[in-house]
Amino acid sequence: MSKGMGASRRRTFLGGALAATAGLVAAPAILRAAPSGKPVRVGGTLSLTGFLAQTAVIHKIASEIMVEEINSRDGFLGRPVEFILLDDQSKPDVARSLYEKLITVDKVDLIQGPYATAPILAAMGVAQRYGKVMIQSSMGIPKLQTYDMAFPATPFGPEPDKSYPNVILDAMATLSPAPKTMVVLTSKFPSAQFMAQGMRVEAEKRGVKVPLYLEYEAGNRDFGAIAARVKEANADFLWVGSLGLESNQILEALRKLDYKPKNSFHLYPAPGPLALSPDGNLVWSSTFLEPDEPFMSRPGMKKIAELYKERATKANLPYPIIDAQAAGMVSEWQILEQGVNGAKSLEDKQIAAWLKKNVVTTIYGPTKFDGLYNHGAPAQLIRQVQNKEWKVVWPKDLAAPGVKLIGG
Amino acid sequence: MMPSATLLGQALISGVLAGGMYGLLALGLSLSWGLLRLVNLSHFALAFLAAYLTYEMGTTYHIDPWWSVLLIVPAMFAIGLVQHWIFDRFKVNELASLLITFSFAVMLEVGIQLYWTADYRRFETHYATWSIKAGPFYIPVLELILCLVAGVLAWGTWLWLRKTYVGKALRASAEDADIAAAYGVDHKKLAYLLSGLGAAYAGVAGTFIALIATLAPAQIWAWLGVVFAVVIIGRLGNPLGALFAGMLIGASESIAMAILSPAWAPVVSFSVLIAILLWDPEWS
Repeated sequence: MSKGMGASRRRTFLGGALAATAGLVAAPAILRAAPSGKPVRVGGTLSLTGFLAQTAVIHKIASEIMVEEINSRDGFLGRPVEFILLDDQSKPDVARSLYEKLITVDKVDLIQGPYATAPILAAMGVAQRYGKVMIQSSMGIPKLQTYDMAFPATPFGPEPDKSYPNVILDAMATLSPAPKTMVVLTSKFPSAQFMAQGMRVEAEKRGVKVPLYLEYEAGNRDFGAIAARVKEANADFLWVGSLGLESNQILEALRKLDYKPKNSFHLYPAPGPLALSPDGNLVWSSTFLEPDEPFMSRPGMKKIAELYKERATKANLPYPIIDAQAAGMVSEWQILEQGVNGAKSLEDKQIAAWLKKNVVTTIYGPTKFDGLYNHGAPAQLIRQVQNKEWKVVWPKDLAAPGVKLIGG
Repeated sequence: MMPSATLLGQALISGVLAGGMYGLLALGLSLSWGLLRLVNLSHFALAFLAAYLTYEMGTTYHIDPWWSVLLIVPAMFAIGLVQHWIFDRFKVNELASLLITFSFAVMLEVGIQLYWTADYRRFETHYATWSIKAGPFYIPVLELILCLVAGVLAWGTWLWLRKTYVGKALRASAEDADIAAAYGVDHKKLAYLLSGLGAAYAGVAGTFIALIATLAPAQIWAWLGVVFAVVIIGRLGNPLGALFAGMLIGASESIAMAILSPAWAPVVSFSVLIAILLWDPEWS
């Protein structure tokens, strides 16, 4: 009797084990049920029109990919995510009004930060008034992020005006001969100007003389006279706080004067046009990652990079390669997803508390928010155009395989 | 530290040549404002539409800009005619023209953004960075051609307005349309011609914008302030005045960039405008 009972139990166990094994094999289909129920509504704005639109469209594509990715997993707490995206027209006052509307009229559950420092600052005031968590990826002046429940998705570090110039100076010091003079030329766009001032101070601290420091208005039309001054200064290194195609315009203006800077760094250039320009060879720029190793081995990076390339090509973007702009928005959604699911709540205070206590894994690697202005450690790198492609060249341990920094 | 003579000379060359673009953009605007009493803000949007068309023809169909301009200028002329038909049909006055053409410019900006996206576009040519060396100075070839074209158009238009019957009739209508009509001047027909001409000049300017500048839909508005200053300094309806004023402003901005700081450049154009309005010289 007992033997027969045992055999029956054994059969039941074996049957159960087989079923469990079959279930595990088919896990993606069975265990990962699609999120269901009332959608979690996340509201946000991007500068879909106006002067910031050319970069904001990158953030829009990255957002769409991430919402699909999150919904293909478990959504937020098992519920699907719906992103309500509005156009702030690149105007901080419009961003402020739209966030007010999203929170009070549309009654969204959560918010995501807009693109660029000025709209972020405008939205942050609203987020603070209503106690909403706000994650943003593109505020280049971290000290302005004074709201306790605002989190940076891009690892600028708390003082990039001090930390990043030293990364550049470290790299410069390895060149032979090491540059001893530097021209600092910058747009008056706030985040570029902030970094330029830091570059000037840190360079002089380390004995690199700055014989010429120039600021020009954002949207400057003619670089002829500026190029003449840069040529006359003839420094060993040209640091440019440029945005978009300004770098191309400056280098072209210099070429018209038959002058090529020995080495040049460009802060926020349009990556594709500069890499492909005849003047772009060996120029330096800032980055946080590029689609190469070791970054491609980070969880999910390969798939996101492929999806981004596909969507950006379809959207007719001239540079359909994932870089720090798109990665910033990917990171924003990764932080929000882990914050909500980690806190097991849609309550902003609980999400903020969880984020402050835990390490979040983003496209930029393990990320913490335990420092000044909720920033973790800085992780800005240097990339260089080599054979018409951007390659990370500094620090050495994160350089693309087989690639090293080349002096001009 | 005092800038060197080479730096000042180079800045002056760059500024005068940059002023050629201001003058070329101001040309059509000055004619419509001065002779038709219509302030056409869409002039900038038309110039950018022409620039994007040059870019598209060059990059997609590999049509050289020097050929595509032959298609673009007549197309712009036709747009100018249609635009004037609207002004005429709805009896638009000077003030209303500001609002209507502003709306038209916004619509064109949105249309450009929908088709070409908001991303920056750059039409690369092998001759974009060509320069002529003259002693210690470098003269950019494209900007020099732009100035020559602007000079020919401004001089030709000035002669046309002063020496031909049509030109004199247009000026007479601008002075007093009723009296001119009493002498048999058909102001309506002439206005169509002038409106088309203004838009065609925007087409020429657009071709050079595509070759020299960076294209982004929002850039439409980047030229507005300085070109308005140029139109007023150069005197409404005066093509040569527009060109010389453009060069004056361009040179002033460039010298300010060389001596002071590039950030002072925008202040210069409006300071020159205010100074000239206060001084009120005979030619202004």
